Amino acid sequence: MQRIGVFVCHCGTNIAGTVDVVAVAEALKNEPGVVHSAEYQYMCSQAGQDLIKAAIKEHNLSGIVVCSCSPRMHEATFRKTAAAAGLNPYMVEIANIREQCSWIHKDMASGTEKAIILGKAAIAKVNLNTPLTPGESPVTKRALVIGGGIAGIQTALDIADAGFPVDIVETKPTIGGKMAQLDKTFPTLDCAACILTPKMVDVAQNEKIRIFSYSEVVDVRGFVGNFDVTIKKRARYVKEDICTGCGLCTEKCPQKKVPNEFNLGMDNRRAIYIPFAQAVPKVATIDADYCTMLKTGKCGVCAKVCTAGAIDYEAKDEFIEEKYGAVVVATGFNPISMDKFDEFAYNQSKDVITSLEFERLTNAAGPTAGKLLRPSDGEHPHTIVFVQCVGSRCEACAEKGKEYCSKICCMYTAKHAMLTRDKYPDTDVYVFYIDVRTPGKAFDEFYRRAVEEYGVHYIKGMVGKVSPEGNKLKVQASDLIAGKQLHIDADLVVLAAAIEPDKSARGLATMLTASMDTNDFFTEAHPKLRPVESPTAGVFLSGTCQGPKDIPETVSQAGAAASKVIGLLCKDKLTGNPCVAQSDEMMCNGCSSCERVCPYGAITYSDKEFRMPDRTTKIRRVASVNPAVCQGCGACTVACPSGAMDLNGFKNNQIMAEVDAICKM
Amino acid sequence: MENKNERRREEILRISGVNPRKCMKCGKCSATCPSYDEMEYHPHEFVYMVESGELAPLLESKSIYKCLTCFACVERCPRGVEPAKLIEAVRLTVIREKGANHLKADDIPAKLDEEIPQQLLMSAFRKYSK
Ligand SMILES: Cc1cc2nc3c(=O)[nH]c(=O)nc-3n(C[C@H](O)[C@H](O)[C@H](O)COP(=O)(O)OP(=O)(O)OC[C@H]3O[C@@H](n4cnc5c(N)ncnc54)[C@H](O)[C@@H]3O)c2cc1C
Ligand code: SF4
Ligand code: SF4
Ligand code: SF4
Ligand code: SF4
Repeated sequence: MQRIGVFVCHCGTNIAGTVDVVAVAEALKNEPGVVHSAEYQYMCSQAGQDLIKAAIKEHNLSGIVVCSCSPRMHEATFRKTAAAAGLNPYMVEIANIREQCSWIHKDMASGTEKAIILGKAAIAKVNLNTPLTPGESPVTKRALVIGGGIAGIQTALDIADAGFPVDIVETKPTIGGKMAQLDKTFPTLDCAACILTPKMVDVAQNEKIRIFSYSEVVDVRGFVGNFDVTIKKRARYVKEDICTGCGLCTEKCPQKKVPNEFNLGMDNRRAIYIPFAQAVPKVATIDADYCTMLKTGKCGVCAKVCTAGAIDYEAKDEFIEEKYGAVVVATGFNPISMDKFDEFAYNQSKDVITSLEFERLTNAAGPTAGKLLRPSDGEHPHTIVFVQCVGSRCEACAEKGKEYCSKICCMYTAKHAMLTRDKYPDTDVYVFYIDVRTPGKAFDEFYRRAVEEYGVHYIKGMVGKVSPEGNKLKVQASDLIAGKQLHIDADLVVLAAAIEPDKSARGLATMLTASMDTNDFFTEAHPKLRPVESPTAGVFLSGTCQGPKDIPETVSQAGAAASKVIGLLCKDKLTGNPCVAQSDEMMCNGCSSCERVCPYGAITYSDKEFRMPDRTTKIRRVASVNPAVCQGCGACTVACPSGAMDLNGFKNNQIMAEVDAICKM
Repeated sequence: MENKNERRREEILRISGVNPRKCMKCGKCSATCPSYDEMEYHPHEFVYMVESGELAPLLESKSIYKCLTCFACVERCPRGVEPAKLIEAVRLTVIREKGANHLKADDIPAKLDEEIPQQLLMSAFRKYSK
């Protein structure tokens, strides 16, 4: 028989406000196995923990039940407390009487009744608990960073700086991400290339860092400290180690009509290309969708002009397998499609552009060499209308927009408006806003400068309609402060499109078994206290894949993710989770049901010899679980038709005892 | 008086099905509205004034007859507030309080002429037959 102690927490008034904690402690006193029952204001506090430790010693407890907040919050805390008092940490059960009870009940009587039931269930379980000891596993001292934007770059540099090898996998032919496309950056207006490209060069030159560009992660297996990853290096038809990046091929290729994605399709590139002059790695890539040689076998110009002999039309995709101890997701964002926002006429007029297109139009390396010219006729625009929150904060139109605030557009719109007025003082600039959100160091000052020094017309209201008429864009908008509807003849309309996570993120999350929110941003382990870790051990988050962010925030998060990775890679061994599945070989009939449901590939089969009661031997196929890979999800225990599979710490009889305790009421 | 106003407000919210608290005061409805200059109170103001219970000016305003029920504001509102439905509900309140000015199917043939667009008849039914 166990000797169980029950500890009921008030959590200030969080629990005590709707649950009569004294009555709960009193009611649980008489449950089977309970030898001690107490309540206290804050069990998780030092004093609360001391109280538990003292009781364990004084009453010689063999198990404890803490009636408190969710186990997600403090299970680890109380397990440590128990261990410090010499009790096996797995002899601790939490009855969640806060999130699942006091917070959702209004009435003291029913809240108390439910808290007692939850307590009884936990006691029933502890009665069947057995001490568990976690296993150990080694740590592969190498990190993988998926995505080579500023987030991935910063994380990789910081990890490499601590002496660990890092691989960056980037889908594009070059690292750099969106920041490489920007012109100047708020709030200090330094040129994006001037601060980004030196970091890209650092990455290229750092011998601890390998870049797999034009590549993607196609398979992830294993677990924290021991990930087995398959990387697909797509054929770029150019030998990376031989190409010198001279760019001759990109000038001679006769296929000139390929939309240039780096300039968002506002000009063309060749079928063989280097995205931009400072690309890293600086090697050419052949776009197989457009290359005549690859499509018809006739051309071969690039091979002829390449003096280094780097072109290889026979190249094939390569698959690389590598082991990693930690994985950092840094897959970034993209502006949403404007196709469904007919009211802004994005698809009807070339002169309605997104803000990212505006960046390219003002960038010295962009399609207009930095002169702000209208895409339709190359004229200088004299009236420009900026529209904020396009598709952001859009709850009604889930199929076209996003419910959240994209966070960066107020600031970059202020930047665009200010820079336009600075360079072209003869231009009238209007910004339509719902709210101007500029909380950040020197951010509001920046926005006010756009208004006060540069004379940008900020108008509280929204654009309702843009109609192209002749070479003008008729903008119909509201001015809520003047109480007027405005009609502006604009030359250029710039839409601050909402941003969304990269479309590849969902597939990646599935591979990593990392969780996402409804918007496909990766979820952090705790929104306040563990912002750069995913709930999946060994998977970390860097940059805008976790939520909208500007560069300063992205870089700080990238550094934080790196420090968490370094902390992990510094360890030689990791203690595992003992709550893993275990099969009873005598009951297992080798049916493979469990193997099919295990999402982590933790189950294997082997033929084993068994002695039968009649002294004969028999070879039987039985399942066994790799405890280092098993995550304890329990799927197999439900799938097993013969009841051979059981989960340590959550055994079938323990769960049934909990259910029985609840049903007895 | 207080009570009557509150009853009216609740009735307007009930028959329109609109929750004015969802409005984020962006003004896109009024930016879209083709009848803006004809109206004294504009779609976003209807939403705000119904929310704050300022009904008397709306009930007296000609604006309720100036709305074309084109539903542009409904289509464009990022928060799904549906201002036109609210305006219609205010209008219905006036009509009902004046003594149920209902449009019957039988009245239609006499009103038909070649110029009348069908959409208008549909709107008329929406406005007057509830
Ligand atoms: C118009 C505009 C103007 C801006 N101006 C400013 C400014 O002035 N100041 C400022 O601070 N911020 C600005 N920002 C914000 C800034 O761009 C972002 O904060 C920053 O780029 C985020 O970096 P990131 O690395 O998280 O994402 P990204 O830059 O998107 O990088 C992600 C990288 O991951 C790669 N990737 C995606 N999926 C995969 C995959 N499955 N496998 C491998 N690789 C993958 C992508 O190709 C990309 O290279 C602006 C943004 C926009 C849209
Ligand atoms: S940052 Fe500004 S423009 Fe962007 S969605 Fe938020 S409020 Fe709108
Ligand atoms: S509990 Fe079973 S299904 Fe889940 S990870 Fe472990 S072995 Fe696989
Ligand atoms: S468009 Fe919708 S959210 Fe915006 S002001 Fe009008 S009713 Fe309110
Ligand atoms: S439905 Fe009425 S208020 Fe709404 S846009 Fe049309 S005319 Fe304006």
